[in-house]
Amino acid sequence: MNAVAKLGLKQRYSLLTRGLDWEPSYQSKSAIYPYAEFEGIKIHDWSKWEDPFRLTMDAYWKFQAEKERKLYAVLDSFAQNNGQMGLTDARYVNAVKLFLTGVSPLEYQAHRGFAHVGRHIPGVGPRVAAQMQSLDELRHVQTQIHTLSHYNKFFDGLHEFPHMHDRVWYLSVPKSFFDDARTAGPFEYFIAIGFAFEYVLTNLLFVPFMSGAAYNGDLATVTFGFSAQSDESRHMTLGIEVIKFLLEQDPDNLPIVQKWVDKWFWRGHRVLGLVAMMMDYMLPKKIMSWREAWEIYFTEAGGSLFQDLSRYGLRVPKYADVATAEADHISHQNWAVFYQYTHAAGFHTWLPSAEEMDWLSEKYPTTFDKYYRPRFEMWGEMAKEGKRFYNNALPQLCTTCQIPMAYTEPGDPTTISFRHSHYKGDTYHFCSDGCKDIFDNEPEKYSQSWLPVHQIFQGNCGGASVEEVLKWYRLNLGADNLDQAGSPDQAQWDAWMEARRRVAG
Amino acid sequence: MAVVALEKDYADKVEIRDRVENFHGNIVVYLHWEEHLSFCSAVAFPFPPSMPFGALLAEILPTYYGAHPDFAAIDWAAVRWTVDGNDVTPDPEKSLADHGVGHKSLIRFWTPGLHGYRGSFS
Ligand SMILES: [Fe+2]
Ligand SMILES: [Fe+2]
Ligand SMILES: [Zn+2]
Repeated sequence: MNAVAKLGLKQRYSLLTRGLDWEPSYQSKSAIYPYAEFEGIKIHDWSKWEDPFRLTMDAYWKFQAEKERKLYAVLDSFAQNNGQMGLTDARYVNAVKLFLTGVSPLEYQAHRGFAHVGRHIPGVGPRVAAQMQSLDELRHVQTQIHTLSHYNKFFDGLHEFPHMHDRVWYLSVPKSFFDDARTAGPFEYFIAIGFAFEYVLTNLLFVPFMSGAAYNGDLATVTFGFSAQSDESRHMTLGIEVIKFLLEQDPDNLPIVQKWVDKWFWRGHRVLGLVAMMMDYMLPKKIMSWREAWEIYFTEAGGSLFQDLSRYGLRVPKYADVATAEADHISHQNWAVFYQYTHAAGFHTWLPSAEEMDWLSEKYPTTFDKYYRPRFEMWGEMAKEGKRFYNNALPQLCTTCQIPMAYTEPGDPTTISFRHSHYKGDTYHFCSDGCKDIFDNEPEKYSQSWLPVHQIFQGNCGGASVEEVLKWYRLNLGADNLDQAGSPDQAQWDAWMEARRRVAG
Repeated sequence: MAVVALEKDYADKVEIRDRVENFHGNIVVYLHWEEHLSFCSAVAFPFPPSMPFGALLAEILPTYYGAHPDFAAIDWAAVRWTVDGNDVTPDPEKSLADHGVGHKSLIRFWTPGLHGYRGSFS
C-alpha cells in the first residue's frame, strides 16, 4: 500500500496518462482509429508529443471542485444581494443575452468536439489532454448557465437560449462556425479550435466579455471568468503544442496546416465581429475600443506568435491584413445591422448617445465621423419624427460565415464587397475573399449551408411572415426584441432606480 | 481538387440545400441600392421568374426602400442597373427571367446624383 503513496509525481503522471494506453492485439490500429488518416496528416512517432501540462485525473477533479466551490459561493451572494441592481445600466444585460445565446452553446460544442478528438487521436498524450479539455468545456457551459440564470429571473431574452442558438438567424453565425469545426476531421478540429480559436483569438472573446462584466458591475460573470481562467491557459498550451507537433512530424503537414490556419483565422475573425459590436456599442461603460483590442491581442501578440512559428515555415494567416483594416469598420457595420433588424433580434438595440458618438469619433478618427456618424444621426432624426428606421426585407447572407452581406470593399467603405462562385450550376455569394476561398476549397461542404433566410423562403421556419418566424424562434414579441427604450427591461430598471432614489431620500 | 472526406463517395451524396427546386416555383433574387448603406446589405426575395420587372419597380422598391429620404428624388430614367454584373435596361413589361435574372441573381442599381444622407453613402 505504501508503495503507491511513494510514487513520485512524474511516475504517477506517466502511469495515469501514457500508462493507460495499450497495443491492440486482435484489432488493427486503423480500425480503432478510423479518423486518423483521411485528412492527410502524417504522424511518425506519437511518443514525441510533449505533454504541455502534467495533470492527472485525480488532481484535475480536486482543482476543479475547489474552483466550483468558490464560484458558487459568489453566485449565491450575488443572488441574495440582488447583484443585478449594481449594474451600470440595464443596457448591459444585452451583452449577457448575446453571450448566453451566442457563446455558451459553443462551450457545449467545444465539449463535444474535444470528446471526439479525445477518442479518435491515436496518440495517448494528446488524447488525455483533449479529454480533459472536453470536461472543462462541459464545466464552462454548465457554470455559465448557472451564472447567467440569475438574470433570467429579471430580464427578457434569456429564456430559450439553446433553442434560439439552433434557429435564430444571427446565431447561425457562431453555430455554423462550430458545426463546421466538429464535422471536420480530428486534426482539423484540433487546429481550428485548439490553435486558431483558443490560442490566437480567445483573448479577443473572453477578455472583452469578462472585463466588460468587471467594468459594468457584473460580479457574477467576472467570477465565472476567473474560474475558467486556469482552464483556458491549459487550452492555450495544448493548442500551441498541437501545431508544433504536427509541423515537426512531417514537412508534408505544413501546407495542410497552413490552409487550416488561414481558414479558421478568417472564420474566427468573422464570428468575433459580434464581440466588436458588443465592445463598442453595447457596454454602457467601455473597456477599450475593438480596434485597440485587435491591435493588442492580434497585431502585437499574434505578430510575435507567428514570428515564432515561422521557423516551421508557417506564415501569418492569409487576409490578416484585411482583418486588421476591417477593425476600423466592423463594429459599426454590425451594430447597424442589428439596429435595423431589431424587430428580429433577441436583445435590444439603441442609437449611441452624443457622448458615445464622441468616444467613437476619438477611437475611430479615420472612419466614424465620415461614414458611420451620419448614419446614426439620420436614424436619430427619423426616430424623432416618429419614423424609426427598420429594414423590412430579409438580408442577403454570406454562404460561408452566414452574416448579412454588410461588409464593404477593402479600401472602399462606400461599396459592399460582393464575391461569388459557381458550383454545379448554382451561384454562391460571399462577403469577402476569405469566405470565398473557404467555399472554393470545399464546395461540397458549404453547398449544404443552412442559411436562415433561404430556409425561411423554403418554408422551413414556421411560416412566411416575420411574426411566424419569430414565434418559431420562441422570441417573446414586444419583450425580447425591439428598442431598449420602451422595453419591459427598461421599464423595470427605471422603476428599480426610482425606488432606490426614494429610499435614499 | 478532390474532396477530403472519410466517406469515399462523399461528393456524390451531397444534397445542395438551396437548389431552385426547394423554393416552390420561386427563384431567390437579391436586390441592392448602391451608395445607400443605411440598408446594411443587399436584400433577398423569393420571386416567380415570370414576375414583370415593372412589379419590382412599382411595388417592391417603394415598399422596401421608400423610407429613405433620397428615394422620392430618384430620377428613374437615369438609374443604372446591373444583373450579375451585366448592364441591363429594364423593360417593365418583360419578366425578371427576360432580364437575365436567375436563381440567386444579384440586381444592383445606382441612382445618379444621390449619394445617401448628406452625401455620406448612408
Ligand atoms: Fe471553454
Ligand atoms: Fe477553452
Ligand atoms: Zn462571409
